[in-house]
Amino acid sequence: MSDITLTINGFEVTVPEGSTIMEAADEASIHIPRLCYHPNLSIQGSCRVCVVEVEGMPNLVASCCFEAADGMVVRTNTPEVLHLRRDIVELLIDNHPEDCNTCPRDANCELQRLARNMGIRERVFAGERKRHDEDVSSPALIRNPEKCVLCGRCVRACGEVQEAACLSQVNRGYETVVMPAHDASFNETVCIGCGQCAMVCPTAAFVEQDATRDFIDALDDPDTVVVVQTAPAVRAALGEEFGFDPGVAWQGKMFAALRRLGVDGVFDTNFAADLTIMEEAAEFVKRFTEGGTLPLVTSCCPGWIKYAEHFHPEFLEHLSTARSPMSMMGSVIKTAWAENTSTDPKRIYSVAIMPCTAKKFEATREELFLGDLPIIDGVLTTRELAWVLKHMGIDFASLPEEQPDSPLGTATGAAAIFGASGGVTEAALRTAYWMAFDEDLPEDAIAFEQVRGMEGLRFADVPFGEDTLRIAVAHGLGAANRILEGVESGEMEVDFIEVMACPGGCIGGGGQPYAREGEVPLDENRLKLRAQSLYGLDEEAELRCSHHNPDIQKVYEEYFGEPNSEKAHEILHTYYYPRVPPGIRPQEAQV
Amino acid sequence: MLYEREALDTPEWWQGLDEMIERQHEQYPESVQTALIPLLHYVQNAFGYVPEKAINHIAQALGVPTAYVCGVASFYSYFSLEPKGAFTISVCLGTACFVRGAQAILDEFCRQLDVEAGGTTSDRIFTVSDSSRCLGACGQAPVVMIDDDVHAKVVAQDVADIVAEYEARARREMQAREERARADARSHVQ
Repeated sequence: MSDITLTINGFEVTVPEGSTIMEAADEASIHIPRLCYHPNLSIQGSCRVCVVEVEGMPNLVASCCFEAADGMVVRTNTPEVLHLRRDIVELLIDNHPEDCNTCPRDANCELQRLARNMGIRERVFAGERKRHDEDVSSPALIRNPEKCVLCGRCVRACGEVQEAACLSQVNRGYETVVMPAHDASFNETVCIGCGQCAMVCPTAAFVEQDATRDFIDALDDPDTVVVVQTAPAVRAALGEEFGFDPGVAWQGKMFAALRRLGVDGVFDTNFAADLTIMEEAAEFVKRFTEGGTLPLVTSCCPGWIKYAEHFHPEFLEHLSTARSPMSMMGSVIKTAWAENTSTDPKRIYSVAIMPCTAKKFEATREELFLGDLPIIDGVLTTRELAWVLKHMGIDFASLPEEQPDSPLGTATGAAAIFGASGGVTEAALRTAYWMAFDEDLPEDAIAFEQVRGMEGLRFADVPFGEDTLRIAVAHGLGAANRILEGVESGEMEVDFIEVMACPGGCIGGGGQPYAREGEVPLDENRLKLRAQSLYGLDEEAELRCSHHNPDIQKVYEEYFGEPNSEKAHEILHTYYYPRVPPGIRPQEAQV
Repeated sequence: MLYEREALDTPEWWQGLDEMIERQHEQYPESVQTALIPLLHYVQNAFGYVPEKAINHIAQALGVPTAYVCGVASFYSYFSLEPKGAFTISVCLGTACFVRGAQAILDEFCRQLDVEAGGTTSDRIFTVSDSSRCLGACGQAPVVMIDDDVHAKVVAQDVADIVAEYEARARREMQAREERARADARSHVQ
């Protein structure tokens, strides 16, 4: 493909043929304001915020979907362009509630930023405004169509990245609303709760269900024993909420901060990640050596699990029956830990800090309850934890580094990397090898670089004694579908599949910090830095295999016996069931 | 009396729909989804609207996510997602009809039937359309169309008679249907 040269605002820029004007402008360090555009999604061209002037064209064109041509002369900031662009944003704002002060996206809203940067200081068009009710039926997410600007990024993220296609733009013109099929309550749809809609939403049309109030109330109640666990990926991103750059894992300050909130137990989901590996690796080795159902598919990700129940009911027997780390930890807290510390499980308020909105749904799954008792009482996203810390006056930056409590805080490097796509596989391989051959992998063979990375789909053949393990790793449910389709058609032969719903794994979870000014949601470099920080923890760790965790060894000695024992099955495993409505995956030739 | 369309919700009717979809799969295996709009037309023509059940059925059969089918069906004003009456009253609001008092006629229909424009009467006999632009019969203005019947040079005083005429028609149809059902039942007993 040849290059073309065009002039933008008087500056020449050379780009490959086929580039859009917006891409050419980016190349020339000229930022054209944009709203419905997202680099990971298809082009919609509906918001018109990115309009520019092209010499010889009678009207302004949307630069996100207008191809640049050789010799083209483009102006992005003439008075006319600025004026019209401002009108477009003013019209959006006119049809938007005037409640920025009390909005969960206040100070972190793309619409607000656009308006501020364009110098919009008054509401010019005071017309009729759309009115809609919030849908709070889902345990994971709140849908608020009144805040929606119809950019369609959620619809495309849900359909193109996650292939859940729960959302669509319904009706027409002024009546248009983004909604699920039949305007059903969100908890009665195929929504998997992954929160990617909230992640890409420029406003607060999708936000997580608030768990901060109950948490703060529980902290204040002297009769309640509040214990907290924190997922691996939270530490990779929490610092961003306090203005730090990604790339550093903030676990020391995170534990210190939680302790200063006055919780009664500072635990670490990483401990349960090691426990998950013991159970899942044992399950895999058993299935592999004794000829059980393969490929085995990981079950840590609640978005993926609900997706499988809606969209792949025929595949459920492939899923590992091991509960997710969060739920294993929840179960252990209200059984073994409660017994050990003579605490009445009913008095425990068990909080999980997760990078994830779907975990809020997982916590409501009754099959995980201990009788009537939920094993997790509150799930806060990384964002919510940051709000609570700010609210409670914790000065994160100046906190010392502290360790979590023992025994439910001790964890290995294998657990730390759970937060990045490929991490569970790597951790499982380390322990599966030991379980199968009764010896550890050599020190230089412990890192499985081939399963790391940011590609949506990765394959690796890993030597396993005399056999070869065929591994597939997917993040983004569209990528997962490609693997399952391959397995179903027989084109792909794999033994082990890791699926994480969100881009990059949990580090790109729907509950992670929103994109800051000048950043794109789900920016790949940001995700890479977050992953790096977790791999750094693993490299620095003294213990890098789950089965080396002394507290894990102890909990098996004292409580569970051995992995996959009857007691372990009762407390650490679960089952899955097909869900209605049945999911219909979008296909390429869409109408 | 609640007017109901001929009982279509039968296994045979849905089988007919499935056969249409099957033909599409055979003829255009690469573009099965292009049948979406023709199928929605087929359903709309049969039921007078597109019921939720039909949307789910078509979505599943074509492999198009249900939310997308809802998006398409709700985009086109031809498709209704709400049940419609037996007869649709369209009062022409084109320029010629409007200047000859069409708005007063529309208001009179709404008043007598106790519905808003766009609404359906509680007995499901009438739907009053809210968006009838020029019907192309300006010489007969003001014009009212009830389904395919044209009523020319209508004045507000005619409204009561028109309503009565169609109400009687709906009632006769329902009675005939009941009688047929009774006759069927008798023949079964014998």
